[in-house]
Formats: sequence, structure tokens, C-alpha cells
Amino acid sequence: MTASIAISGVRKSYVARGREVLALDRVDLDIAPGEFVAFVGPSGCGKSTLMNMIAGILPIEEGSILHDGQRVNGINRAVGYMTQQDAVLPWRTVEQNVALPLRFHGVNGAARTKRVAEMLDAVGLTGFGRSFPAELSGGMRKRVALAQLLAYEPRTLLMDEPFGALDAQLKLLMQEQLLRIWQAKRQTVVFVTHDLAEAITVAQRVVVFTGRPGQIKQIETVTLPAERDVFKVRFLPEFEAAYTRLWDALAPEIRRGEAA
Amino acid sequence: MSGAADEAAAIGGPVRTARVEAAEAAAGQRKLWIIVLRVLVGVGFLALWHHASGNWIDTMLISSPEAVGLRLWRWLIDGTLWNHLSITLYATAWGFGIGCIVGFSLGLLFGRYTLIAEVFDPYITAIYSIPKIALAPLFIIWFGIGIESKVAVSAAIVFFVIFLNTYSGVREVNPIYVHVTRIMGGGEADVLRHVIVPSAASWVITGLKVSVPYALVGTVIGEFMSSNRGIGFLINQATGLFNTTSVYAGIIVLAFVGAVINAALKHIEAYVLRWRG
Repeated sequence: MTASIAISGVRKSYVARGREVLALDRVDLDIAPGEFVAFVGPSGCGKSTLMNMIAGILPIEEGSILHDGQRVNGINRAVGYMTQQDAVLPWRTVEQNVALPLRFHGVNGAARTKRVAEMLDAVGLTGFGRSFPAELSGGMRKRVALAQLLAYEPRTLLMDEPFGALDAQLKLLMQEQLLRIWQAKRQTVVFVTHDLAEAITVAQRVVVFTGRPGQIKQIETVTLPAERDVFKVRFLPEFEAAYTRLWDALAPEIRRGEAA
Repeated sequence: MSGAADEAAAIGGPVRTARVEAAEAAAGQRKLWIIVLRVLVGVGFLALWHHASGNWIDTMLISSPEAVGLRLWRWLIDGTLWNHLSITLYATAWGFGIGCIVGFSLGLLFGRYTLIAEVFDPYITAIYSIPKIALAPLFIIWFGIGIESKVAVSAAIVFFVIFLNTYSGVREVNPIYVHVTRIMGGGEADVLRHVIVPSAASWVITGLKVSVPYALVGTVIGEFMSSNRGIGFLINQATGLFNTTSVYAGIIVLAFVGAVINAALKHIEAYVLRWRG
């Protein structure tokens, strides 16, 4: 079976203030179709950089990334992308935002209206279709982004700290909703987070990055079942064991970053 | 930020409690008071003017509110007002329209293609520093003393305001919106239509509001220099005859027109930027 995302020999450096800064070095990773993978690491480790390279926002200068067998070169329209920042367009209503990708994919008229209503129902936003994002709470805006992301059914979802700005309880609710959707559709998901507990709660594999330059330090396979209860998994012994191992890998990297 | 409280606030209670009624009544009362006070300020000013005229200051210099009012009324009745106002409005509208379209298009172009912006930057800055009024005599040579030269002056002034505002607006667009829109399948035209233009809209509208009085200034300056019709001509002619009553009447017409156009733009702004919540 070919990988959904095949990353090989990726290296990325920036030139800033007359110095070359190495952001990522020798990254190799295969992500299987339908797999849910989380990236964790200290801030500045290049995990978001890697995600932006998979999305085609940043050019890949050394190494290669294949997505569904296609070499990523320029904006990757076969993925869905969700950011920590609100990226729903504030000047469009909830409905218009969810309808936008459908419009780009040639879904028109009644089919589009129906699909938008279905998506709003799926994320629990029925009745808010005509509201503008500024009229909604932070959690509701995240659900609009989720509805928009899922509306056109991309096979791969890239999520860059999507729930980072939410409070702890709301975060759990969003994780639960995301897992339910993933269990039904089994998209490939790459989920960047700095929250170790969140990574173990949602993912099947957790990839730990070293501090800059980012390299893969450890990959932990989470032994929890795919069908899991986000509210209860944290009390299971497997969770605790995974957390301890990942923390042992991550802590020195964070300390190293703080000392530098 | 607490999620649950936030959601409740966003949803809003369906019940109109006594507290809601009281808050709305207080807000209504305040609005009424403001209107009353505004009228009082206006009446006070007229009374002061009336009293000053002849008592403190020579009527020759400041005329009097009743004389100016009478003059305006006569102009309205005998068609003088419309005859001159129409030509001023016509020139202003054309100047405003041309300045806006050209300024907006070039602002988009420069905002999207930084190379062009960097190459032209020193020239734009140089031209921008010229007081556009200084171009008025040149425009009269080029376009004659007809309406075209007035259109040119106001277009030149409006162009820069709209151009610079559009340019800044486009530069300010959050790149995340552009990336996400492209990833979900949008092409360049879609990005322009759904992201760049709406995002720059608040800057453009600010530019429009600022440039309406400028457009009027441009036209009137052109009319001052050489013309045979228009409110600027009327004021200029009256000044030559030391007819201060007509000068004030002309100025009041211009102030009124500016206020009406600005009020209209405020409504447009409220609609276009309604998403700001």
C-alpha cells in the first residue's frame, strides 16, 4: 500500500539577517492512508514548517514530499487545511464560508445548499447559517472552519494547532467531534500540537521533533483503540505510559530551547 | 474567554426582559437629547451671527443670516441654484468616479505585484507630494475652460487618496486567508474576488469618505480659476463684486452638499462592513 504522505530527506533553511537558519533537517516519514498522526515538539522546531510544506505553501527545496503519489509542488489542492488562527472569512456569513470550497469544486445550486445544511448540522451549527463569524464565539468559529474543511471531502486533513486558542473543556468537545468525523470517514490526518495530552488523545501515532533544527526524535504508536472516548482515555494506563515515554523524549528538547 | 458564556452571549436570550426595555429606552432618550442639543447649537450660532452683523462687525464683511437665507431662497426659486449646482455636481461626480476607478485598479495591481510597487515607489511619492491644486492651471491649458478641466482636477486629487488606501488595504490582507482559499480550490480570480477586495474594503471606504470633500474642492478650485458656471464660479464672481451675501450662500450650498454625500457614504459603509458585528 502506498503512503498517503511520503516525506523523504526534507531539509529546510531560512536566510535571516545575514545568517542561514536551519529549520528542519533530514526528515523522513511515511504516513499511511487513513492514519491519524500528531506532530509534537518545542516551539520553533519546524513542525508547522513541515505541515506548510505538505500543504505546498512553502517551497520544498531539498528532499521530496509525495502526497497520494503526487509530488507536492506549489499549492496542494488535494488537502484540507485548518489553522490555529481563524481562517474563516469574516465578511462572509457562516453559510457562505462553508459554501466557498463547494463553489470552487463546481457544486452548485440545490446540491450546494443541501450540502451546506448537512455540514452545519454535523457540527451543531444549524440556525447560525446567516450569522457573521464576528457574531459567534471562538468555539463556534472553529466549528465553522471544521464544516468548511469537511464540506468538499479532502482525503487528507492538515491541522495546525487547530484548537490551540480554546479553553480546556471546549478543546475536549472539539477533539471528540473531530474523532467522530474521522472514525466515520477515515481521512489521513496530520495534527500539529504542542499539547502532549491532546496528541495522545486524538492520534494513532505521535511524532516527537527535536528543537531547532527539527529532526524526528521519536515515534510513539498509541496503543489505545481508534474508537476511544476523549473524556476518559486520559485515565487509562496505556495513556499514562505513552505520556511518560513522550514526555521523557520531549522534556530535554524543551529545556534545551529554554537554555538557548 | 469562557466558551459557554461566550456562546450564550452570541446566541442571545429570546426574552425581552424589563431590563432590555429600560436599556433601549435610555439609549433612545440619549439620541433625542443629542438631536435637541445639535439644533440648539445651530440656532445659537445663527443668533450670534445675526447679533454680530451690524453691531460688532460691518455687515459688508459678514452679511447676515436672514440676507443669506433670502438669497438662497431666491436662487432656489429662479433656478440659479440648480443651474450652477448641477454643473458642479456633474464635474465632481465624474472626477470622483474616474479617480476612484483608476486609483482602485492601480492600488490592486501595486498591492499584488510588489515588484511594480518597489520600482514606481519614488515616482509615486514625488507626484504625491505635488499639491494637486498646482496642476489646475495645467489642466486648464490641456482641457480648456469647460467641465473637462474640473473633472481632471478632482480626479487627480481623488486618485491618490483611493490609490494609496487600496494599496495599503491589499498589503494588509492576512496571508492565511489567501493560502486557505487557494488550498480549498480557489484560483487567482477567486482570491481577488473573495479575499483581497473584501479585505481591502474598509480601507477603500475610508478613502472614499476622505476623498468626497477633496473631489468637491478640486471642482470648485477649477471653477475659481476659469469657468462660466458652477458654484465655484458663483462664489468667485460674488467675491469680485464684494457681494458677501452670495459668497456665504455659495459656501453654505457646498457645505450642505458635502454633508449629504458623506451621510450617504456612511450608510454604504454600514452595509458593506456589516460583518464587523
